[in-house]
Amino acid sequence: MKIVVCAKQVPDTEATMTVEDGKIGWGEAQLIINPWDEYAVEAALNLTADHGGDVVVLSMGAEDETEAIKHALAMGAGDAVLVSDPALAGADNVATAKILAAAIQKIGEVDLVLFGQQSVDTVTGLLPVQVARVLGWPALLLVSQFDEVDPEAGTLQVKRTLEEGKQIVEGKFPAVLSVTKDYAEPRYPSFMGIRKASRAKYPAWGLADLEMEAPASVVSWTGVSVPPQREIVSEIIAGETPEEKAKNLVAKIMEEKVL
Amino acid sequence: MMTKNILVFIDNFKGEVQLSSWEALGVGRSLAGGGGKVSALILGHEVEDLAEAAFQYGADEVFLADAPALGDYRPEPWADVTVQVARDAAAAGNAVDVMLFPTTTRGREIAGMAAVDLETGVLVDVVDLRVEDGSVVATRPIYAGKLLSEVKCEASPQIITLRGRAFAAPEADPSLGGEPTLVSVELSPGEIATSVAGYEAKGGGVSLKDAAVIVSGGRGTSNNPLLSPPGDLDDDEQEIWKAQQGFELVEELADVLGAAVGASRAAVDANYIPYEYQVGQTGKVVSPDLYIACGISGAIQHLAGMRTSKVIVAINKDADAPIFKLARFGVVGDLFEVLPPLTEGLREALG
Ligand SMILES: Cc1cc2nc3c(=O)[nH]c(=O)nc-3n(C[C@H](O)[C@H](O)[C@H](O)COP(=O)(O)OP(=O)(O)OC[C@H]3O[C@@H](n4cnc5c(N)ncnc54)[C@H](O)[C@@H]3O)c2cc1C
Ligand SMILES: Nc1ncnc2c1ncn2[C@@H]1O[C@H](COP(=O)(O)O)[C@@H](O)[C@H]1O
Repeated sequence: MKIVVCAKQVPDTEATMTVEDGKIGWGEAQLIINPWDEYAVEAALNLTADHGGDVVVLSMGAEDETEAIKHALAMGAGDAVLVSDPALAGADNVATAKILAAAIQKIGEVDLVLFGQQSVDTVTGLLPVQVARVLGWPALLLVSQFDEVDPEAGTLQVKRTLEEGKQIVEGKFPAVLSVTKDYAEPRYPSFMGIRKASRAKYPAWGLADLEMEAPASVVSWTGVSVPPQREIVSEIIAGETPEEKAKNLVAKIMEEKVL
Repeated sequence: MMTKNILVFIDNFKGEVQLSSWEALGVGRSLAGGGGKVSALILGHEVEDLAEAAFQYGADEVFLADAPALGDYRPEPWADVTVQVARDAAAAGNAVDVMLFPTTTRGREIAGMAAVDLETGVLVDVVDLRVEDGSVVATRPIYAGKLLSEVKCEASPQIITLRGRAFAAPEADPSLGGEPTLVSVELSPGEIATSVAGYEAKGGGVSLKDAAVIVSGGRGTSNNPLLSPPGDLDDDEQEIWKAQQGFELVEELADVLGAAVGASRAAVDANYIPYEYQVGQTGKVVSPDLYIACGISGAIQHLAGMRTSKVIVAINKDADAPIFKLARFGVVGDLFEVLPPLTEGLREALG
């Protein structure tokens, strides 16, 4: 079974974000794999451990945006592809979906494509469904559990998350999935894994390798800003005993007229 | 481009509407202005009743696609029908200028697929918007709300998903009504690539995303040395047992307030409560009128999920906990001691 995991690099979630001259910065903060994507890597590794096969991590980004690939390789993914081309800077979601879909086609004979739920930086959560649409493969999204996977028959049954609860869905290979956080805790990379990942060689494909032009992007950013600091007047509720504090808090909450 | 034809997706699960759909209809009304037209789109099976509600919330026209094949939601057929409605409107000379969706699971999926088919883009989880030169410029939080970006879409229709509770819901007017326009659905259930084998309902209670009040518990819910768990439990089980007593207090307060229950990631990771309750950067982003954090330290990733709450109340033993910086009101104290009298006091105050 061949599984592609799509993953990207983002600034650490603790980072203080800044904007200068319209450019986003994160100071000295580390770059990490998008935390949601670790769950997809974990699922891919478990699926191939149980049923055999290979995991290829696929990331689109600038030449040096390789943190997601390194982390996924260190977790145990066998192979990686970076898609990088200066003409792809500023690509919107649909354009990115077309590129990832083309790379998945070029990787070839892919059974499942796994995504994280969303990116912690741009938080759109669109790529999994859009890549599925571009490829014309079924989308099984927000999966928390794999009930059955049968690579021989090319079928699977998963539990996916809706607002109202879990939906149990059956589908056929090839399919596109996204994996949620309640799937399982992702493993930590082993020391050996980290060493292997630091020496790993993998291809970087440009648009020419994908035999395509940069797809048109229609969504553009017209501005980015740090939201105004909210003025919060904090007040510690006084009281000798917990009961007294509770009583004083009730009065304060009622005054706010939010109930 | 003039913003005049607005199509609003009314999200429902087997006839039960996600309330943020009505907020989207309200936004549609204000974008359409006087001369424009707001159409609601309802998909599903045996969901005719929703058409009337859509008229009452202000739709000028209601497209109803009611078919057995749409009974169990799958993104592909629902997106197919949505795209067909947009294409038919364009063919009839009434091209849709803006498509609005609530930012729900289904809303996001269908918006994403429709953008691919219609060769346009999606502005996701928008919290504010304005019209400039006839086209929508939207504001959306990025980097867990640490930054705001302004985005626009140069193609038409502009597809936009709206964050729940960021826009006011219109009042339903029971005097309004109309006949829905039926959309024919030429799909048989067998043509759909996936099939639904069943559902697992989740625990009841108020949904986090729609809640006006949320009471959340963190790791502090397990910290009560006075409790003595049954002796046959191992350490982890004892901790979970204790946390259950803590979350019982959280739930009692939530009950009195008609509030939803939330949790920190530490509480979820330690198996005190399922993931669907997690608030934060890798959980749900919420924006209630009142958020009460009990035994939560206020890590940046938790704050990312609730910092836009109108009034934040924190109950924490540690006077230096970062949550107090964001809290309008803080109580330095043990949640096991503070919550019972707080629940009682609010019960009395609310009659
Ligand atoms: C990539 C990433 C994503 C993350 N996403 C999220 C997310 O979505 N949501 C989230 O919440 N976290 C998230 N986190 C985790 C976050 O960093 C914190 O670890 C977590 O929020 C801590 O939860 P907590 O406040 O319940 O626990 P703690 O930090 O352990 O705090 C417990 C608090 O309870 C207080 N306390 C103890 N006993 C009592 C008592 N009896 N009465 C009153 N107070 C008491 C303590 O003083 C303390 O302040 C994420 C982390 C990472 C790295
Ligand atoms: N540049 C990228 N390269 C590869 N995969 C990506 C990229 N951006 C996003 N993804 C994947 O798409 C998912 C959803 O991202 P998004 O639609 O940006 O929120 C992420 O969790 C990743 O799995």
